[in-house]
Amino acid sequence: MSLADTSTFTRRLDDLGVAVSAGPPAECAAMVEAAAGDPAVGVSLGRSGPDALADSPATLPDRIETDPTTADLRRAHTGVTAASLGVAAYGSVALEADAAGTEPVSLFVDRHVVVLREADLVPDMPDAFDWLGPRARDESVDVVFATGPSATADMGGLVHGAHGPKEVHVVLLRDGGAGEDGADDVDADEAGPEDADAEAGR
Amino acid sequence: MSSDAEAGGGRDDGVDAAGASDPDRETKAERIRELLATEGDAVAANTRGFNEGRYESTGRLSDYETLKAEARSIKEDAIERLPELIDGVTEAVEANGGTVYLADDAADANRYIREVAAERGAERAVKSKSMTSEEIEVNDALAADGVDVVETDLGEWVLQLADEEPSHIVAPAIHKSREAIADLFAERFDPEDPPETAEELTMFARERLGDLVEDADVGMTGANFIAADSGTMLLVTSEGNARKTVTATDTHVAVAGVEKLVPTVEDFSPFVELIGRSGTGQDVTSYISTLTPPVDSPVPDFQDDADPLADGSGDDREFHLVLIDNGRMAMRDDETLKETLYCIRCSACSNACGNFQSVGGHAFGGETYSGGIATGWEAGIEGLDVAAEFNDLCTGCSRCVPACPVGIDIPWINTAVRDRINRGEADPGQLDWAFEELVPDEEPGGLDLATRLVGNYATLAEWGHKTAPVANRLANAGPLRAVAERVAGIDRRRDLPEFARESLVEWFEARGGPAVSADEATREAVVYPDTATNYVDVARGKATVRALEALGVRVRVPDLPGSGRPPLSQGMIATAEAAAEDLYAGLAPHLDADRDVVVIEPSDLATFRREYKRFLPTDSYERLADASYDAMEYAFGLLENGADPAALRAPSEGTGPVASGKRIAYHPHCQARTVDVGEYATAVFERLGYDVLVSDTECCGMAGSFGYKTDYYELSMDVGEPLREQLGDTDRTVVAAGTSCTEQLDALLDAAPTHPIEVIAPRE
Repeated sequence: MSLADTSTFTRRLDDLGVAVSAGPPAECAAMVEAAAGDPAVGVSLGRSGPDALADSPATLPDRIETDPTTADLRRAHTGVTAASLGVAAYGSVALEADAAGTEPVSLFVDRHVVVLREADLVPDMPDAFDWLGPRARDESVDVVFATGPSATADMGGLVHGAHGPKEVHVVLLRDGGAGEDGADDVDADEAGPEDADAEAGR
Repeated sequence: MSSDAEAGGGRDDGVDAAGASDPDRETKAERIRELLATEGDAVAANTRGFNEGRYESTGRLSDYETLKAEARSIKEDAIERLPELIDGVTEAVEANGGTVYLADDAADANRYIREVAAERGAERAVKSKSMTSEEIEVNDALAADGVDVVETDLGEWVLQLADEEPSHIVAPAIHKSREAIADLFAERFDPEDPPETAEELTMFARERLGDLVEDADVGMTGANFIAADSGTMLLVTSEGNARKTVTATDTHVAVAGVEKLVPTVEDFSPFVELIGRSGTGQDVTSYISTLTPPVDSPVPDFQDDADPLADGSGDDREFHLVLIDNGRMAMRDDETLKETLYCIRCSACSNACGNFQSVGGHAFGGETYSGGIATGWEAGIEGLDVAAEFNDLCTGCSRCVPACPVGIDIPWINTAVRDRINRGEADPGQLDWAFEELVPDEEPGGLDLATRLVGNYATLAEWGHKTAPVANRLANAGPLRAVAERVAGIDRRRDLPEFARESLVEWFEARGGPAVSADEATREAVVYPDTATNYVDVARGKATVRALEALGVRVRVPDLPGSGRPPLSQGMIATAEAAAEDLYAGLAPHLDADRDVVVIEPSDLATFRREYKRFLPTDSYERLADASYDAMEYAFGLLENGADPAALRAPSEGTGPVASGKRIAYHPHCQARTVDVGEYATAVFERLGYDVLVSDTECCGMAGSFGYKTDYYELSMDVGEPLREQLGDTDRTVVAAGTSCTEQLDALLDAAPTHPIEVIAPRE
């Protein structure tokens, strides 16, 4: 998508307290390695998210358990999945509740690390529903648009991690060209603390 | 309005005796007093925060009004085509492998859900937040079968533990403070290290509920929207409990009113953009689940957890969509209540409501729904009896109207329901035989006396003016105030309007009619002598005439009837409609002569622009709405079109009470803001060089006659409290256009405000 969409997206994520790493697909494993806590479970790329991810250079580090048992999930600190779509104007990621377990791995953890291709960013909400409509009708997909961490204000103040993840970290795979430079922390310069731990108390 | 210090002290000593002779009145006042004390602070902080958040969040949308119009039109279309959409969704869900059950009423829905639970052998059902499930009271139905029903939304769980009812449709435990929740957890669980901070309380609940979710058998959710084309349901949540409820259980029961259907998945989009912004001021909530169930996720087996998570168990999931009628199809055929079905339950109307901000949903009563649009829901689902309990608390201030993302005219629904209550349930035993002679209304006998008294204010005011010295002395005399309080519920602590001996119309005639000749005039206008201006606050009428004449307008002040606003506020629709016809007849020759109609009292202008649409033929309505102006809107327009601002009073002049200087504190009238004329006074003041502080309180709390009523005196004063906080300690001249705002501000600030036009009008 356009540069403007990417910068809108990362700015929104920053507002939401979501950390972002961005880099070429080849750097995916390294970025996930840096973002994921321990222990970590995941769904391998392509089984989670767009099929095309399976054939890309993007992979997950070996320490991510990609065929977890329910016990692994329960113990896990971090869950790593792909997102099928990103909505720039809102900083939302679309997670598919697929048979591979993207939904529970995204949900029953303290930190969710989401891998998203820059190519899958759309500008705004109507674009997201134009994408969802045919897929819902033809494939009966189940999609959660997640925007920032789980939150509640029911206990007398805003708290993250009510039921779902307390922290979210987005790994944004650049379209290409930036391959040589390696990963970069998108918001580090303009946003102060980029580390998800520092954001969690907001 | 001036207070009557000679009236025998009857006002201030009335506190203890307030409403003593009427048990209903006493109970209602007592209940409100209690809620103000116990829940008022928590509710006020939360709702006002949500309301401010709404302004900020919707303000970030460049196409807010377009989105609202789109959302409205989708809902209109969906409700129109509802039977077709029900067929469509049934087909789609069944094709996906789920089941649709169309329940006639709560009992029918509960019977079906109990059967599903029994077949599943369910011992525990976990639920995400759903007002529709509260409506049918499914928890009780399942509990009767021995099913352990657990609310997983943290607010709902707190209420379940405390055995309390929701006080807000979106944030159900809004009335509970953090301290109260900490006490509740300590009492119920007796933990070794009792959680205290919001963070600790949340984590405590997360752990407890996490365990309960793991071995649940059935997951119940509501649905915010359902697309008929695919069977996709949309859930708006923030905590993630709805996601867990669906994922962790193999049997998903979704309960939704039939009105939740929209034609297509693409139709979700404007609602997703509007619902969080309108409700709690979030651009979007953390999770928008768009599920086309049964969902594909594997079911985590927390009991036998050594097996791989992705074991294909998603294929065995069951899904039941329970669509509930429960009065909705009948609402669809009811021209007034039908609009209620467009409601997306965002809570904007509650948060924008002055009374709701002060006391919360528990004061509004209702079986399930409380505040704002709840009158429509309760009237349609439970019946008029239930809606009647809290219908009074809508003052018609109309601040919910622009807040509603689907543009529902909520005050009208309240008015229409009030009218039905007046007609159907009035107690015929009252002493209104005398009143019947006195008042010309179109309402049936037996109508509550307080209602009639206010509803016929125009007649009373005219009578008061004609007998002015006597009427004024009598009206504020102690013994008579006691009677007025006992019989008509008019609180003794309020000053009553003091009638003028010479009305505005009489003054205008006596001075010789129009002062600007037709040749010199830039425009011709009628200043509408509304009841309050004509008989009570004549000074602002004279000021309007002076200001307009100074700007070159040929002004007339003809004798015209009341607008119908007072009877409208009491739900006396037939009387209000008759008044609209009479007034239009009186104005028609002036409209024919291309004269503008300048309105001093904002509620009258709002009536012309809003309710007259329902009372007059379309052409007449449009003609009057187009030709009528708020006095300050008119002044603004004249200045914009070249009138000389030097003709008006600049801030440096004068030191008297009316123009005490350059600094002004201005409270825009609630209804004026709704019809978008509240800002003209600010614009004119600033143009003339005044320094203006504008209040951001939605409504002063007086709201016409509301604050005069004994039951509501304390509530009315509490609603006005933010005004006292914002404007109380300023050296500014307090300015307000509404008669009732004036009375309220006088009571709150002990400073009698003036109408904006009196500030800028040249001196006499």
